[in-house]
This record gives sequence, C-alpha cells and structure tokens, in this order.
Amino acid sequence: MMNMLKGRAFNIAIPLIAILFGFLAGAVIMLLSGNNPITGYGALISGIIGEPYDFGETLQRMTPLIFSGLAVAFAFRTGLLNIGVEGQLIVGWFTSVYVGLAIEAPMVIHLPLAIGAGALAGALWGFVPGYLKARFQVHEVIVTIMMNYIAIHVTNSLIRMYLLDSGQRTGFVNPSASLESPFLSEITQFSRLHWGFFIAAAACVIMWFILWKTRKGFELRSVGYNKNASLYSGMNVNANIVLSMVVSGAFAGAGGAMVGLGTYQYANILPSFTNIGFDGIAVALLGASTSVGIFLAAFLFGGLQQGANMMQAQAGVAPELVEIIIALIIFFVASSYIIRWAFTRMQSRKEEK
Amino acid sequence: MDVVLQILYIIVPAALIAGTPLMLTAMGGLFSERSGVVNIGLEGLMIMGAFGGIIGTLMFEGFGFGAASPWFGILFGILLGAIFSLFHAVASISFRADQIVSGVALNFLALGLTVFIVREIFDRGQTDTISSRLFRTDVPLLSDIPVLGPMLFSRVYVTTYIALLIVVLVWYVVFKTPFGLRLRAVGEHPMAADTMGIKVQRMRYIGVLLSGAFAGAGGSVYAVTIAGNFASGTIVGQGFMALAALIFGKWTPFGAMGAAIFFGFAMALSTSAQQLPGLQNIPQVYFLILPYVLTILALAGFVGKAEPPKALNQPYTKGSR
Repeated sequence: MMNMLKGRAFNIAIPLIAILFGFLAGAVIMLLSGNNPITGYGALISGIIGEPYDFGETLQRMTPLIFSGLAVAFAFRTGLLNIGVEGQLIVGWFTSVYVGLAIEAPMVIHLPLAIGAGALAGALWGFVPGYLKARFQVHEVIVTIMMNYIAIHVTNSLIRMYLLDSGQRTGFVNPSASLESPFLSEITQFSRLHWGFFIAAAACVIMWFILWKTRKGFELRSVGYNKNASLYSGMNVNANIVLSMVVSGAFAGAGGAMVGLGTYQYANILPSFTNIGFDGIAVALLGASTSVGIFLAAFLFGGLQQGANMMQAQAGVAPELVEIIIALIIFFVASSYIIRWAFTRMQSRKEEK
Repeated sequence: MDVVLQILYIIVPAALIAGTPLMLTAMGGLFSERSGVVNIGLEGLMIMGAFGGIIGTLMFEGFGFGAASPWFGILFGILLGAIFSLFHAVASISFRADQIVSGVALNFLALGLTVFIVREIFDRGQTDTISSRLFRTDVPLLSDIPVLGPMLFSRVYVTTYIALLIVVLVWYVVFKTPFGLRLRAVGEHPMAADTMGIKVQRMRYIGVLLSGAFAGAGGSVYAVTIAGNFASGTIVGQGFMALAALIFGKWTPFGAMGAAIFFGFAMALSTSAQQLPGLQNIPQVYFLILPYVLTILALAGFVGKAEPPKALNQPYTKGSR
C-alpha cells in the first residue's frame, strides 16, 4: 500500500487531487454566491463538448496553451522558471504575423518561414534572461517579468507606428502563411480550429524526444537536477542554461505564431497580457512537465476557458470562476508537499490499526 | 528657464502621484523578501487592495461617513490585502510550495476572485464610481514657497506625504529595531536565526502579512486617488513595477522609494511627453519600457549590483542542513 503512494502513482494522483479540490472549491464559491453548482458545472461541460463547435473551439484554445506549457516545462527541466513565456509568445505572435504580411512566397516556404520567425523571436526574447542568468547570475524570474512588459509595449508601438490597418489591428496575413483550415473549421460547425493543433501535438513529441532521447536533453535535465554534479562531470552548465531558455522561448514564440497565423490571422494592439503565457505555468505544473501531462492539462484549461462562456449564458455564473478554479489548482499542485504529508499520515494511522 | 519650470511643475507632482502606490507596495515587498519569501504576488495583493479600497469606500459612503469614507476604504483595502496574503504565507511557508509559483497563483486568484465578486454584486465588469474621492489639494503655506512650492506642495494628494513618512518608519523598523534585525536574520540565514531562538516560520508569516497589508494600502490608495472605481483593468502591472522598484532600490526602503518615484517619473513622462517641448519627438514606447530596462540593467550589475537576501526563495525546514 505504501509503495503505491510513492513514485509514479503518486505523481499521477497529485494533479488529480488538485483538480478535484479546485472544482470542489469552485462549487463552494458557486453555492456562496447563490448559484447551483450542478447547473453551473453542467453548463460548463456542455460548453466544452456539447456541440462540435464548442469542441473545435476548445481544441483551438488548447493549441497555444500546449506551446506555452511546453515552454515553461522545458525551462523547468533545467531548473529555470520561465515566467516570460507571455512576452516570448507576444513577440512570436507579432513577428510571425509580420512575416506573414510582408513576404510573398509559396506556402511551402512561407508558412514554415513565418512560424520559424515567430519561434526565433521568442528564442531571442528567451536568450536575454538566459544569458543574464549564465553570465551575471541574475535571477531569471525578475528578468523575464520585465521582458514581458518590454514585449507588450514594443510590439504595441510597432503595430501602432507601422502596421495599423483598421482599428487596433494589422491587416490579415497572406493566405500562403495562414494556418487556417476550411476542412477542420467545417467539421466543427465553423469554429476557428486550425492546423496548428496538429503542430502543437507534434511539438509535444518533439519536446519528449529532445529531453529524453538526445544527449543534449540528458545534459539539460542533469543541470536541472544538480548543477554542481553536472559541472563536475564536465558539462557546460552556463551554455545549457542559455540553450534551455532559448528553446523554451522558441516554443513560446511558436505558440504565438499559432495564435497569429491560426486563430486570428492578424496581430492587434494588446490592451493587457493575453494570459496564455501565464496559463502555461499552470499547464506545465499540472502536467508535471511531461509531454502527455501538458497535452491533457492544456485540454482541461482550454476547455474550462471555452466552457466558461456557456456557464455564464446558461447558468449565470461569471466566467471568472474558471480563473479562480485554475488558480486554486495551481496552489494545490504547488502545495503537493502537504498532500503527500497528509497521505503518509493517513497511511501510518491505518497501519497502526 | 520658465519653460523648464513649467515642465517640472507638471511632471514632478505627476511623478510623485504615480510613484505613491508603487512606494507603498514596494515597502510590502521589502518586508516579505527581507524575511526570505519571494513575493511575485504583489500584483495580486494590490488588486485585492484596490478592490477593497473601492468596495470599502462605497460601503462607508452608504453608512453616511461622507468625505471620510475613502480613508476607511483604504483601511478596508489594507485588511483585505493582509488576509489575502495568508494564501501565499500558508502555501509557501507551511506547505513549502514553490514561492514563485504560489505568487503567480495569487495573482490569478486575486483577479479572478475580485472580478467574480464585482460581477455578482454589480452585474457588470466594474464597480460604481466612488463619489467621495480623495482630491488633489495645495498644502497651506508650503505651496507658496517659490519654485519648490508649485513643484512639491501644490495639487498633490495627502497620501503621498503619508507614504513618504511610512518609508521612514519602515526604514526605522527594519534597520533600527530588534524586530527588524530578526526579520533580516531570518531572510539571510534562517538556521542561524533559529539557533538564536528566533521563530523563523513566525517571522516569515509576519513578513508576508505585512507585505499584504502594504500592497493592499498601495492598491487602495491607487484606487481612491487615481482610479475612482474598480475593474479588471484597474491594476495592470503596478505590482510588478513595485517589485522592480524594490529590486532596483536594492531591497532598502529609501532605495525603493527613490526607484518608485523614478518609475513614477518615467510613467508621467510617457503620458505627458507629447505636450513637452524637446520631448515630443521621442516615441512614447521608450518611456514606457524605461523602468523595466533599467531594472534589468540594475540586476545585471550595470547600475550597481543588486544583491538579494541570501535565503530568498528557500523554504526553511527545521533541522535540515
């Protein structure tokens, strides 16, 4: 019995318990605010899988979340906390749209080029905190937070100065750089589902491959486990830190490209953060920084955010409830120490009897 | 010369006003981080404070407190901030959660919770506007001083002076009292502090609670002076800016104060540079990103090395080595 709680089984149990607690807390909040939790959650679920349209939108929402989750997880594996996914995603979004607008080329060249440009911009945005961490031992969290604000202000002002088309946004990207899929859209009652979903799924495999099947991936994880041991065994810790942030930023930037080339087909002046990058922290944490976990967690959070609309329309529950549930899930996962402690406590009680 | 003075008469009060909430919140961050607990959640705590400030003011207006309501609103914001910071304290001190992750969750939770409640109460995304705001006033006598008067004592909020006094008070408490010494000891070397009989966990709880109270004060002051109502967009980034001020000020009260005013200066410039001669050709974006770029440079050691408390971000387990 004790063995079951150690190792792998426990790693799966913790996120599930956290999700359960999160939803329970959400139910309590609905009760306190005079709503019926059963109606509320019923509406939420029907808002995720009720109609093909809802499901398509859920998959569309989870696409960038997968990327931001992978970005956070990749850095996390090297012992770095990349809070800057938000900013990296924003510059990726902007750059991919810019390439999509400015260049004329056949799709085989144009589309990969635009996505690659987004990834490159994100990588550059990730390079700065990585380099500062490696060279000056500056904590990456503060630098990435600052880089987020620099990203949003710089891209907003670039759009305002050079690319403004109508209202608050740029023009639409050329069709040769678009991820739009009439087929996927049609089978989901004209949702905004696009090819990016499959790219995101492929990215999960790519991260798994890099981390677990390559020598570099082994080094990155090794640095995350124990910096000193890695240094002692001859690895270049600083280079690995920079590389990790660069790859992490590239994932985030590619996620931005999914939003720019897939969901919206344009970039707009952002009044505030998209929160996709910050949600990536929740996704990575809940998914325990594994590819499969991130895919599932992105589905959960993407679904929650999509279903929130239906919850408001049908049950009259404010959509912010979903944000509360997500925040609480993060708290519970992060506090897994206490869940573990409570479990071992319960177990030893049972054994005494 | 007159032109320069005219500019200063506009910019300096604006900088002080914009810097006040940052200053207060940075003091909160100082207590938490000096005790060894990272507080990325300052933003969320400010959101709570702003929410409390407006709801409290509306409440006391309803009770008929009239012009005194915003002050009670601020107190309410402080209280809410302190209570809300308990989430961070329990998770990161008792449950040994990653302090940064816990702070991030705090930010999410604050925004979700406050906007949710606002929607439940007001049936829309923002609160009513408070009718008894704090207004800008001239300080009697002092505002008549030539040059300095119009710059520092005219058309200002009283809260700015209170905030400046609080900074002095915080400096005294943190660097001149036994409590402050203990707080810093816990943040630098908790094991040594524990050996000397200081209750590490308790000091850290106090540090985080104070950060909640001060960030609550910062948020509520922003709400009752500048904003006037509360919505999801009331606090956008001021908490992170306060954190930046704390770091730029090298975790010292006066340093953070200076940084907060300087950031306020950059914010004031970004909004009013268009009207100022000689500055209207500089794109606004440079002023907008200035505080953040400077913070990064400060951390990299180009503007003097910023050295965080040694035990920052490390949960303390009794008996561990």
